[in-house]
Amino acid sequence: MGDASEKIREIAKKLLAEQKVDMVIGFRAGTIPMISEPCFAKTAEQADELVMNSFCGVNLANYLPKRKEKIGIVAKGCDSRNIVTHIAENQIKREQLVIIGVPCSGMVDRRKVASQAGFDIASVSEEGDTIKASGPGGQEKSLARAELLQDNCAICVHRNPVIADVLAGEKVPEQAGVDRYPDVRAVEAMGPEERWDYFDKLLEGCIRCYACRNACPLCYCPTCFVDESQPQWVGKSIDKTDTRTFHFLRAYHCAGRCTDCGACERACPMGIKVRQFTKKLEKDCKELYGWEAGMLENVRPPLDTYRPDDPQDFIK
Amino acid sequence: MFKDLLEHMGIEPGRLHFSWISSAESTKFVDVVKKVTESVKALGPAKHFIKKEAEVA
Repeated sequence: MGDASEKIREIAKKLLAEQKVDMVIGFRAGTIPMISEPCFAKTAEQADELVMNSFCGVNLANYLPKRKEKIGIVAKGCDSRNIVTHIAENQIKREQLVIIGVPCSGMVDRRKVASQAGFDIASVSEEGDTIKASGPGGQEKSLARAELLQDNCAICVHRNPVIADVLAGEKVPEQAGVDRYPDVRAVEAMGPEERWDYFDKLLEGCIRCYACRNACPLCYCPTCFVDESQPQWVGKSIDKTDTRTFHFLRAYHCAGRCTDCGACERACPMGIKVRQFTKKLEKDCKELYGWEAGMLENVRPPLDTYRPDDPQDFIK
Repeated sequence: MFKDLLEHMGIEPGRLHFSWISSAESTKFVDVVKKVTESVKALGPAKHFIKKEAEVA
């Protein structure tokens, strides 16, 4: 993935010099290991800081809604699908954007690196399919990149950007024959009580910090239902019922829009597998409407269109 | 999909019902209400999504 960095800088500098964009949204090295941070480059010097590596998991589409400038944006497969969703939902105009597509071979989960290395990580370097982790005491360990991918990246079937004006690398082969929903099926096989307990356990650690919501490119409402106090839709404490309501509704707001970019799960400080909610919706959407979010530019999503043949066996 | 997700989370099938009834369809309304109450009674009192009042010392 590192090879793309040079190319991204080159493209970004050219776009800025020719004044085709006012800024380029990309990544630069973060201040702590294994987190590349979003970067808004407006000058050539800032563009020189841009990088692309295995730790650029943040979904940059999150920074687009309601922007007025002309923007160059670095987009992995999932980012590009969220950009398509933003365009469809009138959050940004296609004409404002120059999309720098990055074919992606999956992002590395920093928690997996830490647990597999067995020591605190002071720095990492990557070479091809190997991630080399170094500890503060000089420990070193080489790990296989494929074993460290974020859960959503391991089952990703759209690694190449679906829209891009320019590509910063060769397209990567898409993963074929991936079973995307073994975990959802496992829950579907449970009885009601067992399911309830499963999600109770899942949400045990939730501290209601809303990091999952903030990281999500789909959550751009000016006032989120959880922040509203008149009326107060949902309690703000870590009461189990309130927590469940929050997660359930947050997920439902993403129905037919979620691209499974994994931003929510990545952002969770408590390591809660919040994708368990959105994945069910994503699976249903595919089965009921044959729909995958963010793939088509000029088609309205199923939940905002009516078709006489919509499935409706739940209505009596 | 809303119902599917609720049931995926552990709300019993048969607790949540949807129906379209016109104001002119009184008999359908009665029918549906009967069926809904029957099916919910069969499930017994709801255990989930119930918030107890905060206990005051």
